[in-house]
Amino acid sequence: MKTPLALAISAAALTLTAAAMADEPRSGGTVNTIIQPEPPGLVLGMVQNAPTRTVAGNIYEGLLRYTTELEPVPQLAESWEVSEDGHTYTFHLRENVTWHDGEPFTADDVVFSADVFHRELNPSARAVLQHVESIEATDDHTVVFTLTEPFGPFLISFEAGTFTMVPKHLYEDTDFRNNEHNDHPIGTGPFKFANWERGTVIELVRNDDYYEEGMPYLDGVNWHIIPDGGSRAVAFENGTIDVLPSGTVENFDIPRLSAMDNVCMTEEGHEYFSPFAMLWMNNREGPTADKRFRQAVMYAMDREFARDVLWNGLGDVPLSAFGSNARFQHDGLEPYDHNPDRARELLEEMGYDGEAITILPLPYGETWTRWAEAVQQNLREVGINVSTQATDVGGWNQRLGDWDYDLAFTYLFQYGDPALGISRTYLSDNIAKGSPWNNVQGYENERVDELFNAAATAFPDEEREALYREVQEILHEDVPVGWLMELGFPTLYRCDVQDLVTSGVGVNDGFKDAWLDR
Amino acid sequence: MSFFARFAQNRGALAGLIILLVIIAMAILAPLLFPESPWRMVQRPFLPPFSQDGFPLGTDTMGRNVAAGLMHGAWVSLLIGLVSTSVALLIGVPLGAIAGYYGGLIDDILMRFTEFFQTIPNFALAIVLVAIMQPSVTSIVLAIALVSWPPVARLVRAEFMSLRNREYVEAARLVGQTNRTIILRQILPNTLSPIIVLASLMVATAILLESSLSFLGLGDPNVMSWGYMIGAARTVIRQAWWLSFFPGVAILLTVLALNLVGEGLDDALNPKLSRER
Repeated sequence: MKTPLALAISAAALTLTAAAMADEPRSGGTVNTIIQPEPPGLVLGMVQNAPTRTVAGNIYEGLLRYTTELEPVPQLAESWEVSEDGHTYTFHLRENVTWHDGEPFTADDVVFSADVFHRELNPSARAVLQHVESIEATDDHTVVFTLTEPFGPFLISFEAGTFTMVPKHLYEDTDFRNNEHNDHPIGTGPFKFANWERGTVIELVRNDDYYEEGMPYLDGVNWHIIPDGGSRAVAFENGTIDVLPSGTVENFDIPRLSAMDNVCMTEEGHEYFSPFAMLWMNNREGPTADKRFRQAVMYAMDREFARDVLWNGLGDVPLSAFGSNARFQHDGLEPYDHNPDRARELLEEMGYDGEAITILPLPYGETWTRWAEAVQQNLREVGINVSTQATDVGGWNQRLGDWDYDLAFTYLFQYGDPALGISRTYLSDNIAKGSPWNNVQGYENERVDELFNAAATAFPDEEREALYREVQEILHEDVPVGWLMELGFPTLYRCDVQDLVTSGVGVNDGFKDAWLDR
Repeated sequence: MSFFARFAQNRGALAGLIILLVIIAMAILAPLLFPESPWRMVQRPFLPPFSQDGFPLGTDTMGRNVAAGLMHGAWVSLLIGLVSTSVALLIGVPLGAIAGYYGGLIDDILMRFTEFFQTIPNFALAIVLVAIMQPSVTSIVLAIALVSWPPVARLVRAEFMSLRNREYVEAARLVGQTNRTIILRQILPNTLSPIIVLASLMVATAILLESSLSFLGLGDPNVMSWGYMIGAARTVIRQAWWLSFFPGVAILLTVLALNLVGEGLDDALNPKLSRER
């Protein structure tokens, strides 16, 4: 048996070798990870589902990549310029890039992808493209986007999942949706599509001709498909799986898995999506139509408790309508702390008579059910007569689409810029029956509309900031919806998988930099 | 020998009765001992049992008092068990009585109707009914009643068929009593003992059904029931055994007690049969 001293020495030696080896990325090895659920297809732009983005983000690329601070960095575009008036964006492309089938990647591909492919197929790209007047290739490696007016979030729209570069030579003049290459996606990314055994695994292999010298370091990435949540957790526990992308195991398993030896966890890598949990409050009728009632709800809720107990301490309690990962957050607003007394005062002031209201939990699993229970209890304790209505996903969509609710849980992606992910919840022209994702609460405020619309096209950023500050002050006072939490979506991985999460979309394009310290 | 003496001869039944009385006492005392809502988050989560005064059974995933939940849950379980059994009896007894008394075409029609319900697996039908009606105490009671009446109808029909030609029934007919009076006054009282025995077992089944529904997340989200407690604790069973253990034991004991009592009633109401046994 080893003595404690000998143990300490060998442990120190191990740490030293590990530290020495951690300096230089090493090539080789295959990483096993999970994709959940199985994606319907892998051609980005044609399919927009989250699992498609996660796998195909390593096959395809966009012009730019984003850091965890959402700063744009070069990807297929080496550099770019913005004209003084914010109308013209010029991208200079890398010159040594080839598609996985060996054809060179040129400016024509960019024009085709943006102007033809995405305009036809991709609603989220279309929302950006409506601000674009023309896209021109001035030479083989230069593309100029001319905008109809300045559009603040333009530079953040080039993420691979939103603005994928697709090969013109394979798709031009074909029926995009039935193109034979859809089963074997061809991109420019660090990994090539190798094999997809339906229901079992998607295999990606190293792109040996990748334009960045020596990259990627991994020989391949296998995305395993395991439909049962418990089995996924076990597969990680027994070592079959090296990486659990966020959302692939149940929340309640995370503390147990992250406490295991040689397991690391990061909350980075979701900044681009930055899911924001909210409580819809019906602004049209019932007690929730009164601003003071909505403020009382904010004071009544113990949001720190929800974060610490239900979300294992991951995530942030937001100050107001703009999350911490959205740009232009106004940090001078007075937070809605957990203050039941203040809530009771407000309810008394408005003369709340105990009218019964209901709460509609999000039917996305245990954590959301528990959360609704906690909020219901918080509200009852300040005297709000609230009960829960259980429902399924279909019922939830329908109830919200029909505006048939008082309070309801949801979460929305922020997409890095208020004009992309936040304004849609508050603009009055976004009130339309039938969708659970628009201005469901029915908030109408002319000044807010004006400010949001002006801010989207204001230039430069200082002007946008001023407009967004004012809008946040109004929203903070009006509380059109309850701001619950910016959700933490942690990625779990073996600690010897190095440099896994390096961008604002996490593992969606993260295997480019990753390497194995084994 | 008095009824109770006969009942008490069966030791198991006596034990069952005692357990049942304790559970009924729990249900009644719940609002007195734990006046606060069992949903209230009162302590830090995952407090183990017997580790702190006032929380003898610990706290759950959100810091709610497990003992309070257990006591309030007793009320919910008993209420749902009793009410749904009563509703099932209200459906099953008249249908069975009419089918058995009149026979012929009426019997055929009613029994085909009963079979229609009998051929669908109980639990599957209950899930569908609750899902369609949206989970609430009312919809759960209705669903349980709708899946549990066919055996009642079958039993009552069989009893009626064997009794309808007895001499005292013939006599009643001769003195000119109406069919309704004969069914209600003459035959029905004589079928009561098997119905009572069956009913006590049905209460147990109903409690199990309600627990299973709640376990699957189809319980009324506004009441704390044992099934709900187990369902919510399932996800943390490896970290906190006590969250599912105590409500599980409560369900086990209640169902066991009801079965023992049912057996005791059977013995007490049919002394001849029990002696032969």
